[in-house]
Amino acid sequence: MTTLYTSDHEWLRIEGDVATIGITDYAQSQLGDVVFVELPKVGRSLKKAEAAAVVESVKAASDVYAPITGEVIEVNEELAAEPALVNSDAGGKAWFFKLKIADNSELGGLMDEAAYAAHTA
Amino acid sequence: MLARETSPLKQTPLHALHLARGAKMVPFAGYDMPVQYTAGVLKEHLHTRGNAGLFDVSHMGQLVLKAKSGNVADAALALEKLVPQDIVGIAPGRQRYAQFTNDDGGLLDDLMVANFGDHLFLVVNAACKAEDEAHLRAHLSDACEIVSLADRALIALQGPKAESALAKLCADVSAMKFMDAGPRRVADIDCFVSRSGYTGEDGFEISVPADKAETLVTALLDNPDVLPIGLGARDSLRLEAGLCLYGHDIDTTTTPIEGALEWSVQKVRRSGGARAGGFPGADKILAQFAQGASRRRVGLKPDGRAPVREGAALFADPTSTEQIGKVTSGGFGPSLNAPVAMGYLPISLSALDTTVFAEVRGQRLPLKVAATPFVPNTYKR
Repeated sequence: MTTLYTSDHEWLRIEGDVATIGITDYAQSQLGDVVFVELPKVGRSLKKAEAAAVVESVKAASDVYAPITGEVIEVNEELAAEPALVNSDAGGKAWFFKLKIADNSELGGLMDEAAYAAHTA
Repeated sequence: MLARETSPLKQTPLHALHLARGAKMVPFAGYDMPVQYTAGVLKEHLHTRGNAGLFDVSHMGQLVLKAKSGNVADAALALEKLVPQDIVGIAPGRQRYAQFTNDDGGLLDDLMVANFGDHLFLVVNAACKAEDEAHLRAHLSDACEIVSLADRALIALQGPKAESALAKLCADVSAMKFMDAGPRRVADIDCFVSRSGYTGEDGFEISVPADKAETLVTALLDNPDVLPIGLGARDSLRLEAGLCLYGHDIDTTTTPIEGALEWSVQKVRRSGGARAGGFPGADKILAQFAQGASRRRVGLKPDGRAPVREGAALFADPTSTEQIGKVTSGGFGPSLNAPVAMGYLPISLSALDTTVFAEVRGQRLPLKVAATPFVPNTYKR
């Protein structure tokens, strides 16, 4: 299992041909209190960099982008019901959706943990 | 290519205190202001509703209007040339909400006017204060002296524990009722105190000399019931209270009637009143009192959990292409644990419980016209 990061502060956990996607703890700390999460529909095909989900904090709405191309195979219904999970457990329980990876080569452009730490330093 | 203007942000007398308290600062109306502290907007909002929140509103303008005759009634009569409110009728020690109007009946700013016995004390919005002062000078200089109190800070203490917190530093604030206003000695500092605010909660606004502001605020924050609150929560509090934010819910294109502010125009200034009209845009505003306006500001409650924010277009049904209005303020109401909004609708669609639709990210979300305030106010009348 590998965890990768985007410069837009999404994380991806890669297990076989499935990527589980969420936003980083750094991102949630910048957003503040999350009050609403809009998730993509299961079955939707997402292109890399396409707006896939929306996180609304008390003050503003922010897009979550698909870090890679793929098909949405599962969304986190628990997160839709309890958006505050993003603040309490961004890297764990607050995953957003799972993508069936379309093109493994896209993973090469993403950051590892050390590179992401440097990016947010 | 034009160089971007980068005028430095102004700081309030409490700037260092905000930084020391861990505030996240943002540019607002030309000032570097705290948008939130470490607790965050949600907790700050709920703390204010349950305890007491302390807000730095020093960016707002404070002005003195003094009649050259020395008689406060002459200053009041002069100000009535610029606002549709009954200013003459503000008793000494009382305060009233007012608006500067333009020739089209639109609003140049909203403001508070207090009668301090021998002069009027005005509080105006930060973004408008230079224009407001110029407006006063242009029209009232013959009769009045206009003094900008730039050397004073302004703080708001809001919430159910505001009275007990402030009473520790100034015993007689407990006797004040909503909209009472006047000089008070707070923590041995000469202040102007009004029992008012803009959160829907009971509370006070305190004008304090700039060099004493930090002393006063530190004394208030020594009380564990009081926490510093940023502009983020101030906005969600005033939205839940159904109060207009100038430049958003009201502006130069909205009249007091369209803005649902008829209550703020006393009968004496309306048609048939002893001092009817005589303010900019009176023809249009008085005609709207008689005939009604074609649109109106309403409260809006989105059906789902998704906040509907400022600027969202409103439609009569899920498929119509004709926009009928727009959201002027919207967000999440922490006290209600639900989204709330305000916006303008045609009169025919402004009745309570009417369903309209807001376009959000390409979807039409249903909202119901709802009574304001969304959260009942707790003013001590």
